[in-house]
Amino acid sequence: MPVIELKNLKKTYGALTVIEDLNLTMADGEFVVLVGPSGCGKSTTLRMIAGLETNTDGQILVDGKDVSALEPKERDIAMVFQDYALYPHMNVAKNMSFALRLARYKKAEINKRVTEVAAMLDLTDYLDRMPGELSGGQRQRVAMGRALVRDASIFLFDEPLSNLDAKLRGQMRAELALLSQRIEKNIIYVTHDQIEAMTLGDRIVVMKAGEIMQQGTPEELYRTPANKFVAGFIGSPTMNFLDGTLATQAGRMVVQGESYAIPLPETYSQHLAGSDGQPVTLGVRPSSFEETDSDTALPMKIILSEYIGSQSVVICEFGGQRVSIEVNSAAPVKIGETRTFAVKEAEIHLFDPDTGASLLPASKL
Amino acid sequence: MNRTLANRLTPYMFLAPAAVILLVALIYPLGYVVYASFLNWNPSQRIGQAEFVGLRNYINLFSDESFRESFFVTIRFSVIVVSLEMFIGVGLAFLLDRNIRGMSALRTLFILPMMISPIVVGLMWRYMYHPTVGVFNRTLKALGFESMPWLLDGDWAFASIIIADVWQWVPFIFILSLAALQTLPQSVMEAARIDGASGWQSILYIKLPLMMPVLIITFLLRLIDSFKVLEVILVLTNGGPGLSTEVMALRISRTATEFRELGVAAAMSNILLLLLLMLTLAMFFYNKITEKRALRQKSEAAEEM
Repeated sequence: MPVIELKNLKKTYGALTVIEDLNLTMADGEFVVLVGPSGCGKSTTLRMIAGLETNTDGQILVDGKDVSALEPKERDIAMVFQDYALYPHMNVAKNMSFALRLARYKKAEINKRVTEVAAMLDLTDYLDRMPGELSGGQRQRVAMGRALVRDASIFLFDEPLSNLDAKLRGQMRAELALLSQRIEKNIIYVTHDQIEAMTLGDRIVVMKAGEIMQQGTPEELYRTPANKFVAGFIGSPTMNFLDGTLATQAGRMVVQGESYAIPLPETYSQHLAGSDGQPVTLGVRPSSFEETDSDTALPMKIILSEYIGSQSVVICEFGGQRVSIEVNSAAPVKIGETRTFAVKEAEIHLFDPDTGASLLPASKL
Repeated sequence: MNRTLANRLTPYMFLAPAAVILLVALIYPLGYVVYASFLNWNPSQRIGQAEFVGLRNYINLFSDESFRESFFVTIRFSVIVVSLEMFIGVGLAFLLDRNIRGMSALRTLFILPMMISPIVVGLMWRYMYHPTVGVFNRTLKALGFESMPWLLDGDWAFASIIIADVWQWVPFIFILSLAALQTLPQSVMEAARIDGASGWQSILYIKLPLMMPVLIITFLLRLIDSFKVLEVILVLTNGGPGLSTEVMALRISRTATEFRELGVAAAMSNILLLLLLMLTLAMFFYNKITEKRALRQKSEAAEEM
């Protein structure tokens, strides 16, 4: 399997620059997920790798060879589209074998591959159905089958699950994860759904406005987001952000807000010592609160409770701001009551309010 | 009791105006033509005075050399014209299916011929085909070639009316094929590119099959229309030389006006009508079948969700 490198990749449509200068290396056999809000350039990047869009500038290297001038069919790629893009006038078998038939494979070989892949995807009984006679999930599998039959070395997925309903999406996500373990190919997967990204990717590349915000394993992105955008994008329910200033209280660094002072852990306090008065944005995940009576605990007035199952997300008001806190559903909460929560120090994130960059020392990122 | 009766009658009362219009505007004239075809009827007579001759008009037509000639001229004309128009129209659509500057202006320009009155089209082409002052022969002469007997020789005249009709009606097929082409799902074309289809292969294996429903309807519409062609040929050749370009519509018109045989003209009309009816029914059933298939597929897919 090849290494794919994007070097100084640029894409403009007329006066509109979608991607300015993108650099990314995808290792051999890696499952890379490009994730970001719509319009961030993730699909455009994928389509440039596929050869469906030409790059305005820069290089797309596959094993060191620049493929950016090649036709899609010369790039050894297979692609699964968001709307499946099945050929509506061909049955499932014909859909899956189209590429092989164009490449003039022997009939026996075509049959063998189609049968194998159909068995792998549970499509054997549907081989002579037309796409219009299939359900959404089945169509999705045919689209994947069509890519698998090709045995290309790079697989591109363009939001393949976003047209499915929530339940089916969960099932297909698991199937896709299993499949990716089995086929051991380079996979580049585009999605706007951070849960898909977290569960599927070996490595996640978070994009915004044509730029890479951060890349890393799902855990790295979750534990040490490099900026406020990644922090807010990865993780569900989303992180709370509170504004404050740095201060020293009784020999400890704290973030001083309107009605609170939250002490900072060592990782920050050493590094930020002497920056009293600097404005910061404090980031706390809903799961980073714990209920306690200690003197640093903050009184929170519960205004809404969202029951999810074993956990509930309660939305609280304090100091004129709203925060969401994950609590165990076993302890019932009453709307309107005030409880005291403390922030787990080790799970605090600090960001520069202007640039959004994390204030963690560079060595920890 | 009365109320339920009134309720039952309500739908029919709403239907009545439409039914009356249908009866007056469609059934009556149609019945009139059918009845007239059984008469030996001269335009100077009132219809009541005409002699009833039963099927004689139809029987005579089958042994009428000139009618048979015009019948086959029509078939030949329709088949050639519609094939040519389909080929050129669809081909043009493929060529012009791209986003270039000024494309919409170009498209409008392309469909202009369709908007010109057929009489004007006939006159225009008659001047262009003129043996001495027409633009074709003058151009040929200027280039040092012999001039052509455009409308003077039977075969040339037939070719000439074909050219004029193709010129006028290619845009119709072009515009419908282009519309069909532009509504094809973009991602399917991209999937074909990824699967390794060349431009020709994606036209042959993907685009044409997907456009087929529209193309078939377009084809039938044009076929039906071409069977009824009259004005352009009337102005260009008036059926001549000899009977070489006398299509059925023209024959009917001449039978009624020149030969003053309204009954025979009516019988001819009915034969043409039957032919067109068969084509229309073919189109109707094709529509029904595709609709049914789409519906069945949808419900089957829904069941398995």
